[in-house]
Amino acid sequence: MDMVKLTIDGKEVLSQMNNTILQAAQGAGIKIPTLCYHERLNPIGSCRLCVVEIEGYDNPVTSCTTPVAEGISVKTNSDRLFRMRQEVLKLLLVNHPLDCPICDKAGVCALQDLVFEYKVTNAEYLAPKKKQDSLYATSLIRYWPDRCILCLRCVTACNEIKGVRALSVINEEGAQRLSVDQEKCVSCGECLQVCPTGALTENLSPIKGRSWNVKKVPTTCTYCGCGCQLELNVFDNQIVGVTCKDDAGINRGSLCVKGRFGYEFISNDQRLTKPLIKKNGVFHEAGWEEALTLVAEKFSKIRKENGSDAIGGLTSARCTNEDNYLFQKFMRGVIGTNNLDHCARL
Amino acid sequence: MTNSFGEFADAKTIMVIGSNMTEAHPVAASFIKNAVTKGAELIVVDPRRHRLVDFATTHIPLKVGSDIAFLNGLMHVLIEENIYNKEFVSSFCAGFDELKAKVKTYTPEYSSTICGIDPEIIRQLARRLAAAQPAMVCYTLGITEHTCGKNNVMSVANLQMLLGNLGKPYAGVNPLRGQNNVQGACDMGALPNVFPGYQAVTNPDMRLKFETAWKVKNLPDKVGLMIPQMMDGLVNKKVRGFYIFGENLANTEPDIKKVEHELASAEFLVCQDIFPTETTRFAHVVLPAAAWSENDGTFANSERRVSRVRTATAPPGLAMPNWWIFKQIAKRFGQNWEADSAQDLWDNEISKLAPNIGGIKYSRIEKNGLQWPCPTEDHPGTPFLHKEGRFTSGLGKFNPVDWTPPAEVPDEEYPFVLSTGRRLYHYHTRTQTGRCEGLNGLLGEETADISPEDATMLGIADKEMIKVASRRGEVIVKANVTQEVPKGLVWMAFHFRENNANWLTNPAFDPDTLTAEYKACAVKLSRIC
Repeated sequence: MDMVKLTIDGKEVLSQMNNTILQAAQGAGIKIPTLCYHERLNPIGSCRLCVVEIEGYDNPVTSCTTPVAEGISVKTNSDRLFRMRQEVLKLLLVNHPLDCPICDKAGVCALQDLVFEYKVTNAEYLAPKKKQDSLYATSLIRYWPDRCILCLRCVTACNEIKGVRALSVINEEGAQRLSVDQEKCVSCGECLQVCPTGALTENLSPIKGRSWNVKKVPTTCTYCGCGCQLELNVFDNQIVGVTCKDDAGINRGSLCVKGRFGYEFISNDQRLTKPLIKKNGVFHEAGWEEALTLVAEKFSKIRKENGSDAIGGLTSARCTNEDNYLFQKFMRGVIGTNNLDHCARL
Repeated sequence: MTNSFGEFADAKTIMVIGSNMTEAHPVAASFIKNAVTKGAELIVVDPRRHRLVDFATTHIPLKVGSDIAFLNGLMHVLIEENIYNKEFVSSFCAGFDELKAKVKTYTPEYSSTICGIDPEIIRQLARRLAAAQPAMVCYTLGITEHTCGKNNVMSVANLQMLLGNLGKPYAGVNPLRGQNNVQGACDMGALPNVFPGYQAVTNPDMRLKFETAWKVKNLPDKVGLMIPQMMDGLVNKKVRGFYIFGENLANTEPDIKKVEHELASAEFLVCQDIFPTETTRFAHVVLPAAAWSENDGTFANSERRVSRVRTATAPPGLAMPNWWIFKQIAKRFGQNWEADSAQDLWDNEISKLAPNIGGIKYSRIEKNGLQWPCPTEDHPGTPFLHKEGRFTSGLGKFNPVDWTPPAEVPDEEYPFVLSTGRRLYHYHTRTQTGRCEGLNGLLGEETADISPEDATMLGIADKEMIKVASRRGEVIVKANVTQEVPKGLVWMAFHFRENNANWLTNPAFDPDTLTAEYKACAVKLSRIC
């Protein structure tokens, strides 16, 4: 790959020729503010926050869409750039309510962070605007048109990452908003994952811990054999959501509808919570001591009277390696039989 | 899978056979769509026009259960026109002459009479596959859930060896596995013939190794029973005590009436689960287990990657982790197992006993998993198998096979083929997804998917309740008239109890693997009003 040499903020940077200025800066550890740019998507170039100055050129350019060139000198910070970015943010706030206290995204919102960083203290421009109600993108995802900054990350992700093409932006009564093709949408939530603000929120968990109170536990998905990596969002011993790190695992930050929204069963009130023993055809609750002793006695009796091979066991492809290992150790090493199988053929 | 998910998006040619990937493995399917966007050729071989077909360059709508005839037809052309990978075959494979003799009779014209695909299309496809170097083949249960399932797999492997599509990236034989840890359960020896790491129970050295490690004597030396044999055993009393851990057989096995009779015949049945299920009804003792997010451990995915599972929440009530329960029962048999955590068990016991995962330790998979074979702690893991044509058993052996029809084919009384599978919004018998309100809201009931032609012929309207009956049973279910299904085929899933496809499916099994023929049986359809 051909490399080019350029200067960013006085620092000499070596970059691949097909990189953008933004990528070159990121590679060199230089931060340029972005909103619509997302590592997993092709550059969108809609927000204009990533503007930079190139020596010898009058007008700043968006660094996410401008390729590097040999010998150029780039400035990522100046009073002019600061004011330009501040202006962009102020314009976004014309359409974005400062409803952070009731927004799920508070604390993890890219817009909130930038507004703070660029010292925008109030919404200076007030456009006469009809308040729009939140809508259901699908029953699992809620769309808040007022919060939407039309950065197009969601539309791009739906097209590029998922190939689903269910999202588009439409004009309605002079205002632009997102539109969902219900026939195409598969509720994968990729849009939710990439939304930089609270314009798309998860509509499932009745409990929503504030982002800073939620513990994120990385784990492997429980459904199919892809083995997607995800993060369980835990608040008060309950799973309140599933998120994904952008670069994580074989799924590269992507999930399907079951992986992202199939967590409610964990806290379902039908969970088995006590050992049960059937007496005269009816289950009665029991303690562990009674249940385990009964199991051991019955299996011992059968083994004594009919031999080890009169006992069989099915283990589970839904459970961990460690659980499966111990079950086969139990059947072979304790009961003494190889009558052992699982749902591999299902 | 011989190869890895990471290769999908950059593959140049992909053939997907018997896999409804967009619904059963959605994330993997999105990588295939990415490849198509970048210009890859996608060939979808499937009786149904499912969603992946929208992205395909070619759809081969073969007849249910005709895979071998189709694949043998392709191989016939490759050999007949002398366009197979001669260098790969002569250097790394054995049994070519037998394969050549076997596929000689499968002219495209003859194959076509079985699979229903135009002979010229078979010829063209064979030529395109020969020209594409390499090509990836992905399959799922559409290949394995047949009475000829093992032979179907052999056929796929024969084709890929003949094309030289093994031992390199963007190639291989890639079964996408259905459950999160079905690969791991096999790796852990949850099978009647092998200890962890695929070490045979019939090998005295292996038994001695595990007897020493487990401090036990006389580990059983003969291969045990598989699921259908154990189920038969419950009725003929060869099996009296039965321990079912994390499975809902009463809905997942073919012919529910038969399965329930078998479960009811158990002298003593223990079920260990997280919810009451249709299966726990038959138990004498039910043990409450900790769920997925309540337990530490590891899963192995389809590409042999061992990844961490972590405890996020505490189990409800008295529910306990599975390992604790097994350990407590073992204790009552006088065995004191040492390991007291998943990490202890993996690092100090499992990985020491199974050579192919010997190098995988918890400290190495904190961030990203590792793919076995990974024999030593400095081994980086193995993204694709059989590198440079080095097969595990020396030469890659062709296993030529003949096409055989499904055990039950349509006749006058039962004129339709029923094929079954999974839908996007639910997982298996809904023990978990049925208790997710969000997912239930997206799909709340089963349907019988039928073609517009058949609907018109029988006077069935879309969304009308109909009766689907087989020799085993019948269900009342909503008709879903769709272009996805060809004439003569009915397609259903097994997510919902009441109209579960397994009231209808045929308990006929592959003679070697004992995999049931979920993909083909004969049914009749009728209106109920």
